[in-house]
Amino acid sequence: MRQHVSFYVGDTLHHLSSLPPELTLLDWLRDQQARTGTKEGCNEGDCGACTVLVGRLEQGHLVWRAVNACIHMVWMLDGAQLLTVEDLRGPDGALHPVQQAMVDEHGSQCGFCTPGFVMSMVALSTRADLAALEGTLDGERIINEALAGNLCRCTGYAPIVRAMKKAAAYCVRHGEPISARTAELSARLQALQDGKTVELHSPQGRVTLPATVEALATAYAQDPAAVLVAGGTDVGLWVTKRLRQLPHIIAVRTARDLHKIHTRPDGALWIGAGVTYTEAMPHLVAHLPAAADTLRRIGSTQVRNAATVCGNIGNASPIGDGPPIFMAAGAQLYLRCGTDRRVVPLEAFFLEYGKQDIRPGEFIEGVLIPPLPAGSVCGVYKVSKRFDQDISAVLGAFVLVMAEDGTIQQARLAYGGMAGIPCRASRAEAALTGQMRTPETLLAAQAAIKEDFTPLSDMRASAWYRATVAANLLVRLFEPDRDNSPHHAPTLQNWQEVAHG
Amino acid sequence: MAAQQAEASGVAPQGPAPVAGAASSSLRHESAHLHVAGEARYVDDVLTPPNAVHVALGLSSRAHARIISMDLGPVQAYPGVVCVLSARDIAHHNQISSVGAGDEPLLAEDHVFFCGQPLFAVVAQTRHAARQAAVLARVEYEDLPAVLNIEQARAQGGALVCRSLEMTRGNAAQALANAPHRLAGQLAIGGQEHFYLEGQAALAWPGEDGEMRICSSTQHPTETQHMVAHVLGCPNNLVTVEVRRMGGGFGGKETQANIVACLAALAAARTGRPAKLRLDRDDDMMITGKRHDFVIDYDVGFDAQGHVLGVDMELAARCGWSADLSGPVTDRALFHADNAYYYPDVRLRSVPLRTNTQSNTAFRGFGGPQGAAAAERIMEQIAFATGLDPLDVRLRNVYGTTERNVTPYHMTVEDSIAGEVMTQLAQDCDYRKRRAQIREFNKTSQYLRRGIALTPVKFGISFTATHFNQAGALVHVYTDGSVQVNHGGTEMGQGLHTKMVQIAMREFGLPHERVRITATTTGKVPNTSATAASSGADLNGMAVLAAVRTIKDRLVNFAAAKWQVPPEQVHFTADGVVVGEATVPFATLVNAAYMARISLSSTGFYKTPKISWDSATGRGRPFYYFAYGAACAEVVVDLLTGENRMERVDILHDAGLSLNPDIDIGQIEGGFVQGAGWLTMEELFWDTSGRLRTHAPSTYKIPACSDRPRIFNVKLMENVPNREETIFRSKAVGEPPFVHGLAVLHAISDALASVDNYRTYPGLNAPATPEQILRVAERLRQQGGVGHAQVHT
Repeated sequence: MRQHVSFYVGDTLHHLSSLPPELTLLDWLRDQQARTGTKEGCNEGDCGACTVLVGRLEQGHLVWRAVNACIHMVWMLDGAQLLTVEDLRGPDGALHPVQQAMVDEHGSQCGFCTPGFVMSMVALSTRADLAALEGTLDGERIINEALAGNLCRCTGYAPIVRAMKKAAAYCVRHGEPISARTAELSARLQALQDGKTVELHSPQGRVTLPATVEALATAYAQDPAAVLVAGGTDVGLWVTKRLRQLPHIIAVRTARDLHKIHTRPDGALWIGAGVTYTEAMPHLVAHLPAAADTLRRIGSTQVRNAATVCGNIGNASPIGDGPPIFMAAGAQLYLRCGTDRRVVPLEAFFLEYGKQDIRPGEFIEGVLIPPLPAGSVCGVYKVSKRFDQDISAVLGAFVLVMAEDGTIQQARLAYGGMAGIPCRASRAEAALTGQMRTPETLLAAQAAIKEDFTPLSDMRASAWYRATVAANLLVRLFEPDRDNSPHHAPTLQNWQEVAHG
Repeated sequence: MAAQQAEASGVAPQGPAPVAGAASSSLRHESAHLHVAGEARYVDDVLTPPNAVHVALGLSSRAHARIISMDLGPVQAYPGVVCVLSARDIAHHNQISSVGAGDEPLLAEDHVFFCGQPLFAVVAQTRHAARQAAVLARVEYEDLPAVLNIEQARAQGGALVCRSLEMTRGNAAQALANAPHRLAGQLAIGGQEHFYLEGQAALAWPGEDGEMRICSSTQHPTETQHMVAHVLGCPNNLVTVEVRRMGGGFGGKETQANIVACLAALAAARTGRPAKLRLDRDDDMMITGKRHDFVIDYDVGFDAQGHVLGVDMELAARCGWSADLSGPVTDRALFHADNAYYYPDVRLRSVPLRTNTQSNTAFRGFGGPQGAAAAERIMEQIAFATGLDPLDVRLRNVYGTTERNVTPYHMTVEDSIAGEVMTQLAQDCDYRKRRAQIREFNKTSQYLRRGIALTPVKFGISFTATHFNQAGALVHVYTDGSVQVNHGGTEMGQGLHTKMVQIAMREFGLPHERVRITATTTGKVPNTSATAASSGADLNGMAVLAAVRTIKDRLVNFAAAKWQVPPEQVHFTADGVVVGEATVPFATLVNAAYMARISLSSTGFYKTPKISWDSATGRGRPFYYFAYGAACAEVVVDLLTGENRMERVDILHDAGLSLNPDIDIGQIEGGFVQGAGWLTMEELFWDTSGRLRTHAPSTYKIPACSDRPRIFNVKLMENVPNREETIFRSKAVGEPPFVHGLAVLHAISDALASVDNYRTYPGLNAPATPEQILRVAERLRQQGGVGHAQVHT
């Protein structure tokens, strides 16, 4: 048992033993460390002005992740290396190549979003596949993805993207200064990893950082009133917007055995509760290729770097993007309370808005996603007002298991945004089951969708829009035969490649 | 040619070629190296004294109500709270109407007029405690009928926040009656949240003998000074307002910054301690005004060739609960309801409606883009009615220079190049060929449809309130030859300070390292105008030039006398000051002048010539000149969902002889994307109780990186010196490019028109969100009876 957290900020090692549990990294940096380069733009993880870099050892390798400091709690840094914009100048005071490119390309106007952009750009420039950015459509896509969580109101982004390309080209040729310090930084981080559970106490409350799932289970069983925090991208807003105080936080991501992600011999993908979307991404994309374009649009890079796949399930939002995808794939949720374990189908976990099948002291250990049956047709479509970093108006995730004679053996149609919980369209599924994929079948399923849901109207979309889009998305699933395209009808994401052959 | 015209103007540079990076060439933003390093300081980054107090606000939860009681006991009792201020604690004037309308109490008195109105201010030891305490008040309301939007306001009798403006020329009614073709319609166009990345913030330091120093994120330091003095009940000379830079303004800190500065000052005055108020983003969006949404009814007569013959238009705006700047904003909507087109007979009328919502305010374009949207709607609809290419209709109606050149407000347009810009852009971007290709594509693509549109902008430059068209500057030359420039304009990212430095560089022949810009402060340059109306560089640039030239004249005369050469033989160059045959380092000359007791400091002053405006008659020359440009946008729309993308955008823009081409291109790129965001994805949503539900970036979506056009070509017009004697013959560039966003709206409309094979006018309103687009597509399908069996409603 340790009673402090330890981490580096720049080259300074901090040991903190008394922290208000919900103290955010942004407030700590600005108010207590006089590091005012990191800005507060929205205080809810949407604008990216507070982006900082967190370096951690992942399987022994130092990996840099951009995160939003406004919804990152200070204790989350235990064992990590933090870099803020103040840490980027070289020993001689020279600007980092990203900073210099931003100056040269007029990438800043008012300058307030700029430190956040710079940090996201530096994170990208530490990536090994940097050379791919030069002159390709993929390069533009990687940049869009890396910067989706940074809003700029002045420049229209064009000069920032120009700066990113220029900086990337420079770093490919001359190296990236932070990557050049990998060995030294890895060694000093390694020295901080003692594998111990941590308990922090302060007048405002305590934080438990369990080192193992056993420790987590014990702590939570002892205090079911504690708040479990994994990535904090949802709980962070309880703190910054609802001003909630959290007298006892139990961390999820510190339990090392919850970090497992692997494909079992039967082909099912196991994702432990501590696995972030970023860590899960390559596995999920391989497992559910049709979901790849949507998975990349969940939150932003900063959000996916902190948020866990299981947290996205556990908070049971009706508009979370992960649950309908996993539900369509037939996922099962592994729950644990103390030493009791049980397994529930994901769709059975969500009971009604704000209510899940979970008991006091019980938590999610992981989610198991079975492989798609051979020959199944899968489509995942996210529709939102803004393409990137927006909450879905409607998300449709569809799996059709096909029989050899071309009939639909089984249909799993899961939707987000259509009800108080993510849920399946049972009438539409029934309309599809046992049918051939014909225009008539499509019409019947579309009609049944209207019976399946009574969606809400709100600021994101009207009930009419949600219902219409929910039905229209099935068209994409029916397109492949006619258009003879490998996956689905051209969507805005890939139409250019399709149109240009 | 261009250079000769500039030379002849009296605002040309004196002497040989200027130094690198001086005015009329590109130089990086003066703070860029600080921005990228996190070293640029904003209000909240200023080191706050340890004894400072922090302020948070309690807000109304009702749209319109009488306050029966307000129990602040629990707020006062919260640990760390120092005091709580409500309207009755304001001993002097609880009133901050910027136009003197007297309808804008700083803190609510016995009524609330919108959901989000500040009721009281909590002053606490920490910001956290202040925010925690602010939600603890117990307020009892008696609800009153609330008017939330234009439709409801009209149904309730149409109460106005300020006078309506009417502009007439000729006889519109008769022209409409006589026109061979006529159409009428309605355009609804949404509002817009500024979403400056730095929220509203102010830090107030009480000084001795009633002095108050305010560090504020404001576009209008002088008005902030006046409001603080007004609320504190002290003379203006006790209040100093300072702003080094803002993290974005866009009009949202022209009047709205006053709320925050006044409350910080009140807290500082009450406690005798420095006081900071920095609004949380959600509070910022709940409290402050936004761009006005409009409903525009139009009636237009035209001939078979697409020529407009008569126009009658009524432009109604949701102004919110108080007048604020709604008068001049709705005026400017009228000034731009012609955009770049000549209306032979015309009647335009504004209807500034009072509603129980945030008080809408200045926002880049200031009503102009909404007016221009109506003009473009008319052009496009005429194209549909006549079967012409919309570009041809636009070109046929564009202002001439010698005839068909009088605006609805009786100003003669002397400088129109809108037709040339459109023609050149159409050629450069291959508009006609691409339009034909797009129509071919749409014949065979079932769900993805493409569209293209090319729209112009003509934007009037000057404050329509004539007296605001003045500026001051203060320039110091120190004995080491370094220069300090100060002026009345504020830096919000637009590069104003950079341009001001460049002017001094060009005149003195100095590199940028030798010219320092300092924070804008009411203590150095008094009685300034807001940095607004795109006027910052025009006005302050001329004031800086005047100050610099005063000092130069003294130095020239001194050098001529000292070295016995005629004054004409003294030139300021990059290599030093050329005095006859000799070259003297600038610092040497300056030091010698100092020893000879020559003043090395000067103010400068400028007022725009030629302009006048009489709102009573609707006549005058409100604008010194116009800035022009054109944009061509190509989009793709998904008919299953309404999702859409900008595939390609080409812009050709007129910045005169640009003071800084790179910075001006940045203004155009950024202005365009902001305008496109306004017209496509940015949607303000109030629920039926009048609560704004899009009060954070989680619900209010401004364009993100991937929303920029996939192909984005922006060029400045070359060799187009301003015909008027502006600073080095440049043109203002802040607001005009915002209007280019209209090309996107019309390109989406063009894509949608394909649903009914271009037979039915789509009548697309803004914002064209995916939902709006899908609705229009559905309507067109039903109207046209076009079979899309699988797409259901």
